Amino acid sequence: MSVSSTDTSLSNFRARQVVYTALRRPGLLAAVVFLFIIATGTIWPQLLTSYNPIAADPLQAQLPPSVVHWFGTDQLGRDVFSRVVHGARYSILIGVSAVLIAAVVGSILGLLAGLARGIIDEAITRFLDVVSAFPDLLLALVLISFTGPGTFNLIFALGVASIPRFARVVRAQTFVIAESGYVEQARTFGLTPTVLVLRHILPHAMAQVPILATIGLGTAIIGAAGLSFLGMGPQPPIPEWGAMLAEGRNYLRVAWWIGVWPGVAITLTVISVSVLGRQWQAAFEGRRQE
Amino acid sequence: MDVENVTALHQAPVAGLQGRFWSIRATLLSQILGRIGSGIIVLWAAITLSFISLHVAPGDIVSLLIGEQIRTPAIEAAIRAEWGLDEPLIAQYLSYLWRVLHGDFGRSYILQTDVATLVLSQIWPTLKLTGAALVVAVVFAVVSAVATAGLRWPRRIAGGMELVLVSTPSFWLGIVLLFVFSFTLKLFPVAGDRSFSALVLPALSLGLSLGAVIGQVLREGLERALEEPFALTVRSWGANALTLRLRHGLRHAALPAVTLTGWLIGNLLSGAVITEQVFGRPGLGKITVDAVLGKDLPVVLAVAILSAFIYVVLSTLVDTLYLLLDPRLRART
Repeated sequence: MSVSSTDTSLSNFRARQVVYTALRRPGLLAAVVFLFIIATGTIWPQLLTSYNPIAADPLQAQLPPSVVHWFGTDQLGRDVFSRVVHGARYSILIGVSAVLIAAVVGSILGLLAGLARGIIDEAITRFLDVVSAFPDLLLALVLISFTGPGTFNLIFALGVASIPRFARVVRAQTFVIAESGYVEQARTFGLTPTVLVLRHILPHAMAQVPILATIGLGTAIIGAAGLSFLGMGPQPPIPEWGAMLAEGRNYLRVAWWIGVWPGVAITLTVISVSVLGRQWQAAFEGRRQE
Repeated sequence: MDVENVTALHQAPVAGLQGRFWSIRATLLSQILGRIGSGIIVLWAAITLSFISLHVAPGDIVSLLIGEQIRTPAIEAAIRAEWGLDEPLIAQYLSYLWRVLHGDFGRSYILQTDVATLVLSQIWPTLKLTGAALVVAVVFAVVSAVATAGLRWPRRIAGGMELVLVSTPSFWLGIVLLFVFSFTLKLFPVAGDRSFSALVLPALSLGLSLGAVIGQVLREGLERALEEPFALTVRSWGANALTLRLRHGLRHAALPAVTLTGWLIGNLLSGAVITEQVFGRPGLGKITVDAVLGKDLPVVLAVAILSAFIYVVLSTLVDTLYLLLDPRLRART
């Protein structure tokens, strides 16, 4: 009974703490609100805009921003606001999927290297060294030159290119955890290696992965937009932010709004994600930022 | 992540060679040789990886190398002869290694030209752009770190600006700069690489976000350095704050920032690919994008190996410099 009452007071305390943090840090609050809007755009874009993002209307082409078309219309008369909202789905999902691939494969490689040690560790570490000798984006380009452009190929290429980042951290953590006193003690209790790894090493070795993933998400979204800008990602008329920027670049002289708004969306999303990730990391490291 | 890479390079190669009887000079030399050795191994593995990727990729190797070019028996015969496809795999591998070491990256069958010649002819505009961007990045970082380190509000503002710059895709920054300075104010040319003024906007859009990253690292290092006892000593000589920061603090703060060099150059090179596209500049980026879209693998692999080479050379150089500059890193037994 006493346990449950401490529990509720603890969760009350946590909830109050969250509210206080939000009020004290307006930047954090803004980031959360913006990401909430982006999430809405990803899941249910019709809630935010009634225009069809790919229906062309030549009579309405290249209209500047107005009350009717908040962000103006593009060269084919499509509503730019609606394209930006619907584009969230592609840009965010590409970024999230790429990070997921990198986090899962990277964690497995890191755990394997950290637990097996010896020759397997050496092989994995050397492999990661070689892969990181290629700049991320260039490695993704090399992979795409084998697979060809497209949404799934882009996710795959970006994901593979960011594996080393996760693998390195998980490997280092696994080393530390496996050496620590409590694992040693658990071993003397006669736990089987499976239980030891799954219940005692894995959760702690992976503790930082979600934080790394949040911070890496920003990089992944920028990388995805860059590769789509080059024509390596979703093909027209899909309203992906990077691809929209590529179209907007060609109409800059006559209609700046086509190329400006998708970039604003990318930048604000990445800022929000980084603010959130940094806050989380600071909390994890047990110190508040400033 | 490359910070860890560097430490991995420290520890691996020479640990077994160190004996107490070795003179310090010999230890230093062997450490440097060890770094160079592991650099060569990474490079060799990178070349091997690109050879393997050609062979494990789905589809047969002739159509991979041909790309979007039309396949004729004559071209097929030429490819078979050039890559020695009728010989055993190990012979193919050794001859590939031999050719790459001699700067021969084969032929591009789409562009009908020698890949090495093509890459060399396009490398200058890209080097110019990356060099200029590096200058922009370093100047921005040093100014922003020196001017704001340790000051409450200025560092908040600079930190916010850096967050925005880091989060802005460089190519979008390029588009905005183009719109404001080329189309509206007509101060800079819209495209091409004919004059110095054509370099300004591309260098800014490529360099600023990296400058923001280095700026953050530099400021953190500078703040740490300013709290050290030596800062107090320098101040007691009557040196003013700027001298303290520029002549004494920056030297200490620069070490962690220099560690980023390898990562930085890689980032600049791949960023240049996109920046060149935004500003319609000639260079490696343009041929890379064309090659990727046309599946012109000889060109893509040549560019990849070249950039790995640049990365390895630079990070080995930085590591060696470190050893020479900071005696604490030598001989750790």
